[in-house]
Amino acid sequence: MSRIGFKNRDVLTILDFSREDLELLFREAKKMEMYSKSALDILRGKVVALAFFEPSTRTMFSFQTAIQRLGGTALILSDVQRTSIAKGESLGDTIRMLDSYSNAIIIRHKIEGAATYAAEVAEVPVINAGDGTHRHPTQAMVDLYTIWRERGNIHGLTVGVLGDLKYGRAATSFILGIMKYRLRRLYLISPPELRLKSEIKEILDKYGVQTTEVSNIEDVVNELDVLYVTRIQRERFPDPAEYERVRGSYRITLKTLENVKEDLMIMHPLPRVDEILPEVDGTKYAYYFKQARYGVPVRMALLKLVLGD
Amino acid sequence: MKRELIVRKIEHGTVIDHIPAGNALNVLRILGIRGNEGFRVAVVMNVESRKLGRKDIVKIEGRELASEEVSIIALIAPTATINIIRNYEVVYKERVKLPDIIEGIVRCSNPNCITNQPKEGARPKFRVVSRDPLLLQCTYCERYTTKEDILKQFRR
Repeated sequence: MSRIGFKNRDVLTILDFSREDLELLFREAKKMEMYSKSALDILRGKVVALAFFEPSTRTMFSFQTAIQRLGGTALILSDVQRTSIAKGESLGDTIRMLDSYSNAIIIRHKIEGAATYAAEVAEVPVINAGDGTHRHPTQAMVDLYTIWRERGNIHGLTVGVLGDLKYGRAATSFILGIMKYRLRRLYLISPPELRLKSEIKEILDKYGVQTTEVSNIEDVVNELDVLYVTRIQRERFPDPAEYERVRGSYRITLKTLENVKEDLMIMHPLPRVDEILPEVDGTKYAYYFKQARYGVPVRMALLKLVLGD
Repeated sequence: MKRELIVRKIEHGTVIDHIPAGNALNVLRILGIRGNEGFRVAVVMNVESRKLGRKDIVKIEGRELASEEVSIIALIAPTATINIIRNYEVVYKERVKLPDIIEGIVRCSNPNCITNQPKEGARPKFRVVSRDPLLLQCTYCERYTTKEDILKQFRR
């Protein structure tokens, strides 16, 4: 894959970024960690629109913080009830307006393909902050950075991705990102109903990535270097009884971790409900809060590379 | 019994032949021909065919369809051939071939796709992943749309 860099580029899916792109982003993010409590002037005079049509805490606040730390101004559209959208304004029209006011647009929307459409409408770069069940590339960047930062390398690891692999945009994006590295093994751990869509499986095939689908975390947890956990939502099951039956098997407890590798990293894009019990938080395996903290330096680095001079 | 043409030859226009039986009306629908355009249209359905057993034929008199215009019917009639007729003679003949990118016409199978939001102006656009079996991928939500999905849309 050729490297085309970040400058003025839309960020719609992690698939568009090569390993070289990601390494550049990570090196930049590491530098940005030094500025996590102070201000730079890389985005001085620039306005970045945050168009959040769907609720978000971490993604929105980390972008907002990143913009401010870089010396830019965030234009926030999040309480859609108080804007023209409540009057029925279309996404396209809203994006056209933000396009004329800002230097970049960060969008989250419940409709799949909304960010790609926004990128067609807007002239300024568009960053996808989550579109329905489709993609969430900046989350994948944060997730990969967490591993790179904590382990120094991603190659050669045995990674398990657990939860809703069919509808979870964070899980899908993480898989599409991490498959760019030469992993030792990639385990896909989910109930049979929530396995990867064939659209994603075919991308993995095209890249020559071998995966192993398993239904029980216990079967593989002791082999893992990284366990990426995502939430299984009740509404994904047509039969609530089926949900009640499987949920317990996809919950991480101290018992699950009795014989795991010493340096296992447990990750989660958050928010979690009960898929990782609070008793795990105090263990050395819990990396999810650190992962959330890395959201700011990674998004600072991304904005710098896309918008900086 | 003497073999006769059910519909007479046309002097000038387009004949779409070898349409899988029962699909002639879908072909017209895909081409956006509703019958109120003014030109003469003959639809022949379920006639014998050496190649297909049974087939449909559509004859459009007074209008030569461009090959990009008709290529899209390969979505539902991959066996179809296009004949351009001038002065009762076939002057050009080709088998339909699906383009690599399809815009409009087909709807994405994902109801939550941006192209299925009536308020938005996002026009459906697909990459052809496979021609046989037919498989399209939405360029927005990246979901697959199959031949069955497409036929369901045209059956309504």
